[in-house]
Amino acid sequence: MLLAIGSVAVMGAALGGLLGAAAKLLAVEENPLEVELLAMLPGAQCGQCGYVGCGQYAAALAKGEAPVTACAPGGKSVIEALAKKLGVTADMDDHEEESLQYAVVDESLCIGCMRCLAECSVDAIVGAAKQMHTIIKQECHGCKKCFNICPTEAIKMVTVPVTLSSWHWHKPQSGEGAVH
Amino acid sequence: MKLFPIRGGIHPDYRKERTAEKAIVAFPVPAKLYIPLQQHIGAPAEPVVQAGDLVKKGQLLAKGQGAVSAPNHAPTSGRIEAVMEVTAPHPSGLPQLTIVLESDGKDEWANDLPAPIADPFAATPDELRARVAWAGIVGLGGAAFPTPVKLNLGSQLKIHTLLLNGAECEPYLTCDDRVMREYASDVLDGARIMAHTLGAAKIVVAIEDNKPEAQRIMAEAAKPFPNIAVTGVPVQYPMGSERHLTQAITGLETPARKLTADLGVVVHNVMTARAVHKAVREGKPLLSRVVTVSGGAVSEPKNIEVLIGTKLSELISFCGGLAKEAKRFVNGGPMMGQPLPGLDVPVVKGMSGILALTASEVNEQPANPCIRCGTCVTICPCGLVPVEMAAVIRKDHLDQAAHLGVMDCVSCGSCSYICPSHIPLVHYFNYAKGMLNAQDREKRRLERVKTLAEARNARLEKAAAAKKAAAAAAAKKAAEAAASQSTAENRPGA
Repeated sequence: MLLAIGSVAVMGAALGGLLGAAAKLLAVEENPLEVELLAMLPGAQCGQCGYVGCGQYAAALAKGEAPVTACAPGGKSVIEALAKKLGVTADMDDHEEESLQYAVVDESLCIGCMRCLAECSVDAIVGAAKQMHTIIKQECHGCKKCFNICPTEAIKMVTVPVTLSSWHWHKPQSGEGAVH
Repeated sequence: MKLFPIRGGIHPDYRKERTAEKAIVAFPVPAKLYIPLQQHIGAPAEPVVQAGDLVKKGQLLAKGQGAVSAPNHAPTSGRIEAVMEVTAPHPSGLPQLTIVLESDGKDEWANDLPAPIADPFAATPDELRARVAWAGIVGLGGAAFPTPVKLNLGSQLKIHTLLLNGAECEPYLTCDDRVMREYASDVLDGARIMAHTLGAAKIVVAIEDNKPEAQRIMAEAAKPFPNIAVTGVPVQYPMGSERHLTQAITGLETPARKLTADLGVVVHNVMTARAVHKAVREGKPLLSRVVTVSGGAVSEPKNIEVLIGTKLSELISFCGGLAKEAKRFVNGGPMMGQPLPGLDVPVVKGMSGILALTASEVNEQPANPCIRCGTCVTICPCGLVPVEMAAVIRKDHLDQAAHLGVMDCVSCGSCSYICPSHIPLVHYFNYAKGMLNAQDREKRRLERVKTLAEARNARLEKAAAAKKAAAAAAAKKAAEAAASQSTAENRPGA
């Protein structure tokens, strides 16, 4: 009886000590919250939030230094997810929900300077030095980095139009009538 | 045949007597036809003609793109006037790419149409499916889902029954009723071909009990075929929904986000069966359909066989114009049909009815607060809780609405119809479904952006590593060259 109690007590102490030492020695330095937040962000590294990239923004969010509303390409869904994760209420007032845009190159103005090519975070621009550039519409996510850097203002931002497949019913206004 | 009860449902005023006894009349070829490129669920068709081309009746105008799509054919002979944006017969009133065909009045068939398949029951399912796909046939009951895709279900799942849907539970509409009465043998032949394609041994034709004449004629026509059963189903809206019809016939409820095919049943509309008959037996593509033109505002309601692409305004004039002021034009039935932006839009493949409803028929009333009577819960044919779903959607808690099963709503409109407070319940659900689908698309888009950004980073890292390696190699080479030079210099006597 005593032997059993003694041996279990000794084993408990030894294993507990081992776990305690492991927790200290093998501690993960990375903030796990930061990793989770980074996974929620679009990962486009567009820099519209004011940070260098998504990683830096996630770090700032984890420290509570950045507002959850800063990610423009993420839109409302990302803001809501971040707010839920951080347990804050997103102030949607200072987030302007812009309709999705894409960039187009005005062929007559492009001088083929390659500056926009280096800026594009999703490699959506094709072109070569002194050759006209063009933007793959389907891949452009509307971050405006190319629009801002173009020296000849050859890049225009165009709103993605509502089509028959993307259109859906609006929300019924309060008091709006039923039909039957 | 033993029938099984379906949950809930309503009994609206059917108002079918206005057109039920009117035989189908053919509408003459109009001067101009407008053929939209997207008349079906899936990817829009891609035009293969351009302005100025001369085409013959039945010639291909636009080919299907991708797995779920449907081609379009010239409904008559003539000249392509333009391929341009025209207002779509869609509640949004948005334009869509449309082929405008100017008729030459000759109505000449193309001479390169495929030959009729003399014995379809000796043909392989693939051969028949290819013919149906070529003909551009989509579900003519209103959903406009490409028929060949549905006929392919037999290759993945074991299908035991083809359920031919002649329920026509929507008020006003009688086009399916008329097609069954006037083309019973064509409909059954098409159904037998579809059953052969699916590998289904049994065919059940289900017709609501308010169409006794159609039931009698179809039963008569089905006598030579022991594997076809014609059965009446109770008059109960929404009996014509494929999930509910399947339940009424088999007693099995289709699980959420599954197909009736998972239960071994595939449902096709009777008019679709007639189109399949024409494509296989006559080698003709889908160029026309029967449409019910009705509603209190129409002078002489009719059932009309009309070419796809005819403007609705011409059909209304054909019915003697409007006798009263129309408050709303509807594409389809009054329960599930969608409002039209006007009459300056063309007839499309999925258009089963054109209704011009008067203000008293529309009966629009301001919504009052919910009195929590629970009637919507009792009548919901899908077993959902409309009152709760609408409450959370009003507060934009869409995730909660999804949790309550809003995506399983079939938008039958029974709840809106029955609500004593006139709350536009189904409008809330259509909004929520649209928003949830949009969020889904957005999520996929962001994932794509992430993949592209990661691919770019990988490319940049690779380029940087290659540059570094090249620089290191160059430095090493320079060092070696310098070393060999210095040894040469140090050589005595050099």
